[in-house]
Amino acid sequence: MADTARDPPPDRTDFHEVEDGEDLFPEPSAAPESQPASLSAVDISTNSNGPKQDSFFDDDNEDLFAEATEEVSLDSPERDVLLSDGPSPAITPITPPTSVITPRIGHQHDDMFTHSSFDEIEEEEGGDSFDINISVSDPEKIGDGMNAYMAYKVTTKTSMSLFKQRDFSVKRRFSDFLGLHGKLASKYLHIGYIVPPAPEKSIVGMTKVKVGKEDQSSNEFVEKRRSALERYLMRTVKHPILLKDPDVLQFLESTELPRAVNTQALSSAGILRMVNKAADAVNKMTIKMNESDAWFEEKQQHFENLDVQLKKLHASVESLVCHRKELSVNTAQFAKSAAMLGNSEDHTALSRALSQLAEVEEKIDQLHQDQANADLYLFSELLGDYVRLISAVKGVFDQRMKTWQKWQDSQMLLQKKREAEAKLQFTNKPDKLQQAKDEIKELEGKVQQGERDFEQISKTIRREVSRFEKERVKDFKMIIVKYLESLVQTQQQLIKYWEAFLPEAKAIS
Amino acid sequence: MMQEEVNEATSVLSVYGHTIKVTEALQDGDTLTFIIVSQKLSGTGEYHVDRTYDDFEWLQQHLYAQEDVPGIQGVIFPPLPMRPQANASAKVMKQLGFLGLGEWQPYCKALETFLRQVAAHCILSKNKAMEVFLTSIDPPGRQKVKRNIFNRLSQAVGELRKEGHKDVDEFFQTERDHNLVLTGHARTAAEKFLDVALTEQKIAVACGHFAAALQICVENGDDPEKRAFSRVCAKLSEVFDSIKKNMMSVAVNDMNTLGLGLDLDWRYQEAEREMLFRRTCKLVELENARKNAERAKPVKKSAMEEVKKAAEGEFEQICKVAKQEIVKLNQERVGTVQKSLTQWCEQQLQTAKEGADIFNQHLQAFKAMA
Repeated sequence: MADTARDPPPDRTDFHEVEDGEDLFPEPSAAPESQPASLSAVDISTNSNGPKQDSFFDDDNEDLFAEATEEVSLDSPERDVLLSDGPSPAITPITPPTSVITPRIGHQHDDMFTHSSFDEIEEEEGGDSFDINISVSDPEKIGDGMNAYMAYKVTTKTSMSLFKQRDFSVKRRFSDFLGLHGKLASKYLHIGYIVPPAPEKSIVGMTKVKVGKEDQSSNEFVEKRRSALERYLMRTVKHPILLKDPDVLQFLESTELPRAVNTQALSSAGILRMVNKAADAVNKMTIKMNESDAWFEEKQQHFENLDVQLKKLHASVESLVCHRKELSVNTAQFAKSAAMLGNSEDHTALSRALSQLAEVEEKIDQLHQDQANADLYLFSELLGDYVRLISAVKGVFDQRMKTWQKWQDSQMLLQKKREAEAKLQFTNKPDKLQQAKDEIKELEGKVQQGERDFEQISKTIRREVSRFEKERVKDFKMIIVKYLESLVQTQQQLIKYWEAFLPEAKAIS
Repeated sequence: MMQEEVNEATSVLSVYGHTIKVTEALQDGDTLTFIIVSQKLSGTGEYHVDRTYDDFEWLQQHLYAQEDVPGIQGVIFPPLPMRPQANASAKVMKQLGFLGLGEWQPYCKALETFLRQVAAHCILSKNKAMEVFLTSIDPPGRQKVKRNIFNRLSQAVGELRKEGHKDVDEFFQTERDHNLVLTGHARTAAEKFLDVALTEQKIAVACGHFAAALQICVENGDDPEKRAFSRVCAKLSEVFDSIKKNMMSVAVNDMNTLGLGLDLDWRYQEAEREMLFRRTCKLVELENARKNAERAKPVKKSAMEEVKKAAEGEFEQICKVAKQEIVKLNQERVGTVQKSLTQWCEQQLQTAKEGADIFNQHLQAFKAMA
């Protein structure tokens, strides 16, 4: 196995503490939900009973991890056990399911899941510079009626050696994107990586498209979604670690993608909800984290503020977009009335001038529409993206708190075990004593691991936050430059229209 | 005292009509006063007077009350803008149209246009009331002038059915039909354009809100990333402030030029409609007089003939004046529309150029930001 050379991988099933006698990998029938990572191994067979209905029941997301969340807010099973005098639970080191680990791509970076190698990956600048561009295009409706779905073409252009080709496309549907996000979230969120959220599901929007309603709002919906999917993919590959994830590579390159099952559970909103629920549970615990690091406290506050500010900005832009659309409607109506006035005029020059007025106004109407679209796609969507991203960031902070909690729990457990061992010294039960000593040794290892995990996630988060902030500035700047360019263009077009109309106006006599 | 003077004499205006300006509107509590400036014909300077809306109404009523002037009913009276009201009801707002937008500049311009039109009218400018209005330091008397037949069309509900009365003259019948259609379209065009200007104002306000919301995102701090993002927000806030100013400019241009122009056009069509209605009423009166004269018993016959002759004379006068007025209006309309379209285009072109400049500056500044 490729994983022999590494340190024991981090405890990955955070949401499910191992109980006495419980198998880490129970039968699928019992609780398949507790191994989010293994889904990718299970979902090979495509659902042959027809297209999946992945847009309904948007709120069924909690099901997948409902059990898990409960368990976190709990009394840790170890505590239960301690209260009784029975044997301590056997905590077996957890190895991630092999299917996830085995790199699909044979070359570099087999040991992707050791923390130290993550560092290596990030620092390794040599070889490929970041050169990849992904576009999502050609939305195509497949099927009919309520079983229909939209397929999108995902085109990757790159010179990076990570990929087999330089220019290639695949066809993907929305649930594929959600599936990708689900996999990434389950692998990386809990170790502190900010995984970009996938676009939101929309029952209303999708239903209109399915039913075949070909109007402006459903076209707008498809365009919005296409654009959002593109941004999502670009954000994901911009992350140096995520770019190299085999699931990402498979998503971009593989012609056939195994269907993601339970995508209602895997929607990013669902995942984030689950993560945040876990976070709430953490907060409910009586032990409050002693934040020794002011940086984290400050950053958390900062993101809270940012969340509020972005939501305000988003609302502001939406109102602006609304008015622009209204202006477009009003301008069109005025153009009509000017045309009617022109038609009822006897005087030819006047009539012609008024007709031209109508034409100018119609052209201006089109400009207003385009400007409204610019406002919409650029700012509104960007702000919406960031509101969701902030959720992911907050989730990551909460993961750190959970990691700290686990570490503390191990420490407390160790302490209790030591006390118990001390007591055992005075009894004449050599086997029990030995068992206790063994357990203590294991626990010491666990405590050390917990501390390492905590330090690692703290380190990762600092790096991620720094990267996030830099990306944020870049993102905003880029969008603003695009917006300004469109503004300037609109103005120049307006100038052309006015310059063309002026001589006509002057010529009326 | 002033009343009698005015009703007797006619005069020649002592100012250049085309120099009349309504320069400002001053609000003092509930009272709204307009400053009116005009150049003396003698070349020795200007007249500065202050007038309230009541004074304007006084003037209008005096113009209407010139019963001695032959054919006065055939005159298309320059429309006086409606009384400005604070907190006007929606219905009043709609009727005020552009003039109810709360910006005084268009309103002053509309009053100015009214005065200039009166001064330029060969019959109306001779009325002494106009001279008094423009030159007297004291405000004209505020007594109510007796009611006359120049009450608005809309008030003469009972008379309205006369409006459809068939005409004896093809020229006038055509003009009446045409006017009816034009009035409707002109009104709609003015209203729709008002909607456009209002929405432009809304957009400007929304941009202002966005700029303010961005300012809130600007934070102090040593953190280089925080500073970078704050800079971006601050600059974007400036951008949206510029967009707001540009939009306001566009809206103001709309209101001051084409908006006023469409508004005036519509009101003139209404004024013409009222004139045509007066003439039609006279026609009905004349036809009745003719019938009466025909059917009159020998005793009354000569009296009825007198009445008939008088009515015929009056009607003839009205038709003569009316025809002149209609021709004049149709000619002037072209010029007025041309002027307002040209001014509108010029101002919007100017604003667009300024906008392009400023946005381009912002764009370069953003690109240069490391």
